[in-house]
Amino acid sequence: MLKISSAPHMSSPINTSTIMRDVIIALVPAAIVSILFFGLGALTVIISSVAACMLCEYAICRWLLHKKSTLRDYSAVVTGLLLAYNLPAWFPIWMILVGAFVAIGISKMAFGGLGKNIFNPALIGRVFLFVSFPLQMTTWPKPKFLDFLYTDAQTGATTLGIIKHIDVKNSTEALTQYSTSISELPSYGQMFIGYTGGCIGEVSALALLLGFGYLLWRKVISWHIPFYYIATVFIFTSILWLTTKSPIYDPIMHLLSGGLMLGAIFMATDYVTSPMSTNGKIIFAIGCGLLTVIIRLYGAYPEGVSFAILIMNAFVPLIDRFAAPRVFGTGRK
Amino acid sequence: MTKTFPIGGIHPDKHKIAGDIAISSPGLPEIVYIPIKQHIGAPAKIMVNKGDKVKVGSLLAAADGVVSAPIHSSVSGEVIKVEDIIGEFGYYEPMIAIKVEGDVWEDCIDRSDEIVREIPDDCEEIIAKIRSAGIVGMGGAGYPTPIKTTIPEGKKVDCLILNGIECEPFLAADDRLMQEKGEQIIIGAKILNKLLGIQKAIIAIDENKPKAIEIITKLTKRYVGVNVRVCESKYPQGGEKQLIAAITGREVPSGKLPIDVGCIVQNVGTVFAIYEAVMKNKPLFERVVTISGDSIEKSANFMTRVGTPASFLIEKCGQISDNLGQIVFGGPMMGTSAVNPDAPITKLTSGILLLSCALSDKQPETPCIRCGKCLDACPMGLQPNAIARAVRSHNLDALQELHVLDCIECGSCAYTCPARLPLLDCCKLAKMELRQHQTKK
Amino acid sequence: MDNLILINIITLVSIALIAAAVLYFVSQKFKVTENPLINEVAACLPQANCGACGKAGCQDFARACVKANEEEFKQLYCPVGGNAVMSKVAATLGYESTNKEKNIAVLRCQGSCQNAPDKVEYTGIAFCRIANKISSGRSGCPDGCLRLGDCVRACPFGALSMDKQTGLPVVDESKCTSCGTCVAICPRGLYEIRPQGADKGRVYVACNNKQKGAIARKNCQTACIACQKCAKICPEIKIENNLSYIPTSVPAEQYGAELARSCPTKAIVYTGTPKEEVKHD
Repeated sequence: MLKISSAPHMSSPINTSTIMRDVIIALVPAAIVSILFFGLGALTVIISSVAACMLCEYAICRWLLHKKSTLRDYSAVVTGLLLAYNLPAWFPIWMILVGAFVAIGISKMAFGGLGKNIFNPALIGRVFLFVSFPLQMTTWPKPKFLDFLYTDAQTGATTLGIIKHIDVKNSTEALTQYSTSISELPSYGQMFIGYTGGCIGEVSALALLLGFGYLLWRKVISWHIPFYYIATVFIFTSILWLTTKSPIYDPIMHLLSGGLMLGAIFMATDYVTSPMSTNGKIIFAIGCGLLTVIIRLYGAYPEGVSFAILIMNAFVPLIDRFAAPRVFGTGRK
Repeated sequence: MTKTFPIGGIHPDKHKIAGDIAISSPGLPEIVYIPIKQHIGAPAKIMVNKGDKVKVGSLLAAADGVVSAPIHSSVSGEVIKVEDIIGEFGYYEPMIAIKVEGDVWEDCIDRSDEIVREIPDDCEEIIAKIRSAGIVGMGGAGYPTPIKTTIPEGKKVDCLILNGIECEPFLAADDRLMQEKGEQIIIGAKILNKLLGIQKAIIAIDENKPKAIEIITKLTKRYVGVNVRVCESKYPQGGEKQLIAAITGREVPSGKLPIDVGCIVQNVGTVFAIYEAVMKNKPLFERVVTISGDSIEKSANFMTRVGTPASFLIEKCGQISDNLGQIVFGGPMMGTSAVNPDAPITKLTSGILLLSCALSDKQPETPCIRCGKCLDACPMGLQPNAIARAVRSHNLDALQELHVLDCIECGSCAYTCPARLPLLDCCKLAKMELRQHQTKK
Repeated sequence: MDNLILINIITLVSIALIAAAVLYFVSQKFKVTENPLINEVAACLPQANCGACGKAGCQDFARACVKANEEEFKQLYCPVGGNAVMSKVAATLGYESTNKEKNIAVLRCQGSCQNAPDKVEYTGIAFCRIANKISSGRSGCPDGCLRLGDCVRACPFGALSMDKQTGLPVVDESKCTSCGTCVAICPRGLYEIRPQGADKGRVYVACNNKQKGAIARKNCQTACIACQKCAKICPEIKIENNLSYIPTSVPAEQYGAELARSCPTKAIVYTGTPKEEVKHD
């Protein structure tokens, strides 16, 4: 029997599943680095987070919505990975389950599933855990190379945590604090490869950049959001650094520390919660960058990437409306 | 340097299997079915009756009004039916069926291969010849050519573009025509130059046709004013508005025609038909048709008489494999899947493609992930996913702001959508609803 | 402390007063004075805004009713609300109400999956208007139902549903208000608004195929083949374009059963009692 359908009669080999698969592949280097530095502590977090997210999505599809499970599109795996990357090593597993439920159940499925959510599910999960269990969320095991079981876990502060405690205004008292804090700061090289404290997926800029390269090569994301996001942070902190000469504004340190790379490359570029047009992406990324620096330097929290992205997520419908692409034949700039 | 249009575009797999296969003749079928409407506008007025004997090139139906075109017989023989016959879509259309007897041509047609280079002086005569030959835009639009070559009062034309782009995958009819009939096409361009009163013509070819580029470039050295421009092979480079933007940098304003920016675009096939009509007195009754696809043994380019059943051509190309999904008339991006493979070739059929299930089956729809790939692909700068959402929720107010009527229906959005949303169908529906809404007002 | 409470109370009250003043001023400034009758009439209407009356919506219809004099009012009719609503509207305006017969939409096609089996597989989007553009449909009948349910989706009253067995839409007589949305949306014009008929007895040709008998029958068992039999029974019946049409003036009780029985392809449907079953083999 002949088939008939409307044009086009061909379609591109890329579909939702292949895109998600590419994102997962791009996230692999960061996983490897985290396991090298945090050993079993990272592995358990990653596995339990991914498993919890998949299970949660399956359960909701199967018993609550009574429809075919949407695990096949791998989006739950991506959410699970990103949630895990936003947690410290040795994070309690029962808390991961709670986080996964909030990420998948509340911030994704309650909105109507893939494509309908307003906020990035993994970030909602992270922020929920962050405000619910602040102690566990800020207990950062120190990295230890190739010590798989990681028995004598020491904890320390993250780079951003250290600079948060430097109070530049109170100069007399600060002087002693200042020098000890500075000595605690990791070198650029350590931060670049990820030999520093922090969430398991965010520590290694190198691994994340590798993933970025892969995503660009596969044309999964465009360069606009990561570039403008990072550039905004760099320029903003550079201006402060050049005017004050204070090391807490060190722009390179701001690029390499915290969740900036992870956020800019993987979280802010999430299709569902970022603008669709190129102009919109640029506006979104600049907004994220400004908010990140403001929260980092002037807010109560040492890290601002997740809040910055979530706040900008809320503006996406507006940005989409006002940054629509130029229609062919309707005047040129 | 290759040129291209400013926004959007996609790079589908080329599948240009037929590009290296010379144009051949498939022979004559027993019966041809010639539709009397092979163009935009009024159907032609039937001038023959059942039982009449006709020759190749005899007038079967005359143009009815200005926007219409005459239809000529493509074979010699006896008219056996003048009635509604099932066409490619399964709809019944008025056609003239002719039983083939020999191959006797009308005496006035010059059948020699010799290239005639002397262009007649009288523009009126040229236009009359084009009109009586029933030439229409062979790129697929089917707009009668005489209207397109007559410049309306108050308009000025300074640029003639010959469209040799053929950006649809699989198709190679224009490619072969340029390789084999290059000089005739160039002379056709000079004829059009004379008609339009301009000196220059640009032949646009996309970079995936190196042989055609080489041959035409060599030939243009002998003709002053005719130049080749190489364009990036990107879909839909062959769209009229996209091509003008690529070659001249001018954008046809929304809702306007190419002539409003001083451009006229003609398909190379049409230009070849103009050459034959003016220099050889040959009406338009045959064209190059590519038979290709991934479900047929051999590909071919046939110089086919209009009215030949598609199934006759398919038979000449060997075995059809079992995984055949669709038979498509035209290209895979904009063509239509045929209900009836016995439907005749018309002046507008550039190819018959036999596509496998693997290639052509529609995959199940999944939710939109707002990736924005359709926005990046749309050559008109529209937002297909927003259009789809608006049309599915009957939001006419939103549709009106989305410039749906600018859609050229190229299908780039639906091709590229990773969620497999039927974006093109939604755009077509949106157009229908908007037009209905506007007529209601 | 007291001071703080006092300040709070004063600020909040003053904000409330200012806001109230602004609201009052704006509502006075932009007040639209309209005949209160219009709203009274609109309150009687179904508020479906379907446009079946020929007006832009219920409010517009109410406006037209109020504006009309007694003669003009007789021309206005809300097919959705029917006589009940129109008598209420007439009472509001102090006019005499006129009774009109209830109408209903009928589908003039019986090309079900059984009667008109698929000849090709349609894999495109499930919208009749798209399918109609690209092909004659799965069954091959160029005038018949495409079985993709544009009408079902469009019906504002939920009176249409798809019969899974036959693949054809079914009209629920109790819900159909003859608003005409289905008539407008069907790309093949298969719906017709006909009087419901006394005792729900209607007789009509359930076929829209304009091909010659032999071709029509090839695609569908229940196609009208223009055999003239019905025209012989009732001379009012006209056959044009190979298709018979039974005008609404043909009395269904008188001819219905006989017409349906005599139709060789069962293309004529009589819905009254005794009900003629359409064969589905």
